[in-house]
Amino acid sequence: MAERTQKQKPAPSRTEDAVEAAPPVTESGDKLKAELDDLLDEIDDVLETNAEDFVKSYVQKGGQ
Amino acid sequence: MAIPKVCGIETEYGILVRGSLNDATSNPVTASSVLINAYLSANQRKVGWDFNDEHPGTDARGFSVDDLLAPEIETHLVNAVLTNGARYYVDHAHPEISTPECRTALDALRFDRAAEEIVRASMQAARSLLPNGAEILCHKNNSDGKGNSYGCHENYLLARELPFGRIVHEITPHFVTRQIVVGAGKVGCELPGVTANDVPYQISQRADFFEEEVGLETTLKRPIVNTRDEPHCDPTKYRRLHVIVGDANMSETATFVKLGATSILLAMIEDDQMGDDLALANPVNAIRQISHDPSLQRTITLRNGQRATALEIQWQLLERAQKYERTHGLDSVDAEVGRQVLVLWEGILSGLERDPESVAHQVDWVAKRRVVRGFAERHDARPNDARLKALDLQYHDLRPEKCLATRVGLDTLVSDADVRDAMTNPPHDTRAYFRGRCLAKWPDDVVAANWDSLVFDVGRDPLRRVPMMEPLRGTAESVARLIDESDTPAELLARLGS
Repeated sequence: MAERTQKQKPAPSRTEDAVEAAPPVTESGDKLKAELDDLLDEIDDVLETNAEDFVKSYVQKGGQ
Repeated sequence: MAIPKVCGIETEYGILVRGSLNDATSNPVTASSVLINAYLSANQRKVGWDFNDEHPGTDARGFSVDDLLAPEIETHLVNAVLTNGARYYVDHAHPEISTPECRTALDALRFDRAAEEIVRASMQAARSLLPNGAEILCHKNNSDGKGNSYGCHENYLLARELPFGRIVHEITPHFVTRQIVVGAGKVGCELPGVTANDVPYQISQRADFFEEEVGLETTLKRPIVNTRDEPHCDPTKYRRLHVIVGDANMSETATFVKLGATSILLAMIEDDQMGDDLALANPVNAIRQISHDPSLQRTITLRNGQRATALEIQWQLLERAQKYERTHGLDSVDAEVGRQVLVLWEGILSGLERDPESVAHQVDWVAKRRVVRGFAERHDARPNDARLKALDLQYHDLRPEKCLATRVGLDTLVSDADVRDAMTNPPHDTRAYFRGRCLAKWPDDVVAANWDSLVFDVGRDPLRRVPMMEPLRGTAESVARLIDESDTPAELLARLGS
């Protein structure tokens, strides 16, 4: 199964995408990390102030 | 040839009342009614749902168990039809919106987004009805993390002559593996005896709740393929495949690919272009194993004895769909929409294979995991830390000031203007157009509506039921002028009759 799948993949277009989408690792890695840091700063502000109580009170009736 | 894949999506929202001193309001059934009524009184006149012709106990395998099932529909609860053709109601202690029937996955996405905004508007409207400090919160998710689940169901139109057994065999591999593309992600596990240390994070909200391969139930012993045979249209020509195995998505890409890929694969099954060689040895075990392995490395056993990862099975299905596009075309799902689905589906599979983080802007479970992981590292939180579960819940929180999904950089596919339009106006190219327009124009004269009929009160005569047994009749093209030019429903009915 695994081998057959490997062979049948429409490789050319995807390989090109992969090459284009992979700029120098350090630069993009740093940028992603900075973005995530900003996001986590925001989330620290947005997170329910008493997360434990919120999670405890979140009880739903079962549905479909 | 495959018939047009008319589709729709119905979502039960999580509901919670906070700050209420009144026990009655904190009951979820009452709270759901308050929520929906608040929206209706602020936005439109209420037209009730018509329960004639509802038979959720009829099984696609050829028998009926209406007497054996607890009533699925509680007729005394709020149950309204909206001018966009949708149904907004209380179901199993949750507010639920069913989108109108849509001709394409893109339109169904637009109406699913509109439903989300309707719930947001309802929360806002309810604030003015509740005591100071009390509020109703809604979440577009599928579980409370404590073993209680509620659904996000899809519906697809199929030809009646397609044998149901073949649908089950051929679509199940997709239903089990598609979660790697469209799973909404979950912190922890809700299987008895499995702890957050065993499964700190999983791909799907719903996988823990499936116990059967095929069956009629939707609330207990949930099956991967649901057999409810209630087409809501001409039963001699059509089936409606009722899919209960999906997660509610916050990512527009995920909702679109979920509906689009499934529509294409169902068209292929109708045209006998799928085959059953991907059948799984044990679908119920497989759906959990896949969900519990975000590394995507675990292999599952096929009925023919081979082993494959979920990703390999998804590649197989995509390649078959691409081939089907070349040999048969995708008119049944709209050729342009179908092409867009295939491009996005392939892009996501490539991304998952290369580095799942690369699809954090499209795939809910990846986007949520990124936040949960980042938070856990920053605050040194262990897997059972309540804050991680709070992040999970808040990802789906529909309060704009608390929602995480709107903050993580997800791609959008429909414009705000199109979503706003879909909150009040029906699709143009299905029978929902007739339902929505009549309701908007004559709210006092439509006494009841359901998927396949409208009931008018035309004054002196008995009530008049207009059957709508064809999902693609009653479109703008065929009835817009009739509705525009009729001053009264009696006039419209006379014109329709002539």
